[in-house]
Amino acid sequence: MALNTQPNLARPDDFYEALIDMHRDLDDAQSQSANAQLILLLANHIGDHLTLLEAMRHAREGVVDVSLQGARAHSLAA
Amino acid sequence: MSINYQTLSFEYRPCREQSGAEQARYPVIVVGAGPVGLATAIDIAQQGVPVVLVDDDCSLSTGSRAICFSKRSLDIFDRLGCGQRMVDKGISWNVGKVFLKDELVYTFNLQPEAGHHRPAFINLQQYYVEGFLLERAQEMPNLEIRWKSKVVGVQQSGTPGAQDASVTLTIETPDGQYPLCGRYVVAADGSRSPMRNLMGLDSKGVTFKDRFLIADVKMEAEFPTERWFWFDPPFHPNQSVLLHRQPDNVWRIDFQLGWDADPVLEKTPERVIPRVRALLGPDAKFELEWVSVYTFSCLRMDRFRHGNVLFAGDSAHGVSPFGARGANSGVQDAENLAWKLAMVLDGKASDTLLDTYASEREFAADENIRNSTRSTDFITPKSPVSRVFRDAVLKLARHHPFARQLTNSGRLSVPAVLRDSPLNTPDSESFEGAMVPGASCVDAPVHADGQPVWLLQQLGQQFTGVLFCGPQGMDQSTQAALDALRSGPVPLKLVVVTSGDAQVALASDVKVVHDVDGLVAARYDGQPGTFYLIRPDQHVCARRRQLDVSFVQGALKRALCVEGIA
Repeated sequence: MALNTQPNLARPDDFYEALIDMHRDLDDAQSQSANAQLILLLANHIGDHLTLLEAMRHAREGVVDVSLQGARAHSLAA
Repeated sequence: MSINYQTLSFEYRPCREQSGAEQARYPVIVVGAGPVGLATAIDIAQQGVPVVLVDDDCSLSTGSRAICFSKRSLDIFDRLGCGQRMVDKGISWNVGKVFLKDELVYTFNLQPEAGHHRPAFINLQQYYVEGFLLERAQEMPNLEIRWKSKVVGVQQSGTPGAQDASVTLTIETPDGQYPLCGRYVVAADGSRSPMRNLMGLDSKGVTFKDRFLIADVKMEAEFPTERWFWFDPPFHPNQSVLLHRQPDNVWRIDFQLGWDADPVLEKTPERVIPRVRALLGPDAKFELEWVSVYTFSCLRMDRFRHGNVLFAGDSAHGVSPFGARGANSGVQDAENLAWKLAMVLDGKASDTLLDTYASEREFAADENIRNSTRSTDFITPKSPVSRVFRDAVLKLARHHPFARQLTNSGRLSVPAVLRDSPLNTPDSESFEGAMVPGASCVDAPVHADGQPVWLLQQLGQQFTGVLFCGPQGMDQSTQAALDALRSGPVPLKLVVVTSGDAQVALASDVKVVHDVDGLVAARYDGQPGTFYLIRPDQHVCARRRQLDVSFVQGALKRALCVEGIA
């Protein structure tokens, strides 16, 4: 099962609002804990190991400069 | 009258080499009389090979140390002739519980099904295990133990593996030094292995930045016979605690202290007693039996074989204690090595077989280190984000079943499945279940001569063929094949598993067991005609739906690393 990165959210803006709202009135430690719990809950729901690995790879590439690892940088031209 | 094994002292006696006798080359010398060295020496001696066991000390383990002995170790001790004593003295347990603060979040049962002779674990102080093994060793006329005999030199000569290759150890005794020569040497001399150091080798890996306090406490207590593990309990906040029951009313309490704890100070009764009291309550009556503060590492030698020296147990690999994978994996090393040495020394296998000791047990060590490291990362998170996820898992575990399987307080020792071993003959037919080539055999209840016995008691020690015979009995060609196997060059013990009302008339050296509950057939996917070839260490090495003599002979050759022997 490949990771679906095409639009798939039933209600994208509502989801985003709810995600931010989940952190309402939380301090940083609480927010971190909530995020971690959310990741674990979603990971269990997905279940498929390769899909999870692919998502983790994308997430890491989002913060580590992939061009330094020999991968081609994303084109920002568009 | 019970023996206090911790205070026993064994006498040094000058040996024949020291009185000017001619230098003999012993087939095998084992260095180190701990659980692994003793098990190796007994097993080799049981195979009929004379063995000399040297130890630099003259006493058994001080303190309880390794206390959890797994079902697989008990199965091995059974084969070595001292399993029952261990179980009789030990505390049997199957269930573990994990608490977060004071709330139970997870319960696991390591042996949820019936029909096994031995429990998942016993708890037994290491000095009892060593004492029982030693008493077994002392019964064996071809096993000589030399106390206060310290290895201070190692010299290999000849091409490793060749008939005339040998290892000469320089042994230091109260009467001075003497050379001791063996064809093979097993280095079971512990985590600080003098043998390893003398040979300029090392064991590499990770040391974890955490300290733990072991307090063995003697008391009358009502805790159940289970493994209890707390994360962040009210009586020891922000750290973990492990509680285990041992024989003689001794309880093992393991307190996580953190890296900054002072290891000397934390061992003092003034520091230990309040910690114990916090767990047991202010009125608890107890005595401290043994206290130790430890750190741990996950280490492994690159290779377990160096010429004619074979490393086994803690000298070869080390793990954290969570998971009971130290002594238990060492005992499995011993078992893996003993039959191979015996076969090579007997000329039935090539020296290459000993390379598979190294490769199989290096694989097993990697598995143990992987499991141990994962447990340690959970118990002692190495980074802030690792801590966040660990705590998130524990929070979720209270309400959500999925998170309980992520809760890792130790993944307890199970035998490695040697799936990719070169000694296996891969399956060419379809089988269900766990008994794949490379797996260690599981137990099942059977009857022999009308008496209830256990399957594992019938397997191993030498190569064993297990044939499943259906209610129709055995046809003539199968009978003829069985006869042919009885007279091969490698002695094969034969076990026929019957079901239903089948009556089979077989030679007296063929063991017939009746599968009373059908559990042998279920656990081995045994159908009428199915044949398993089992190694002397009770690992499956080949199986077939029909008994075929040339298949079995080919599988035996492969399992002995020889051509043209069978």
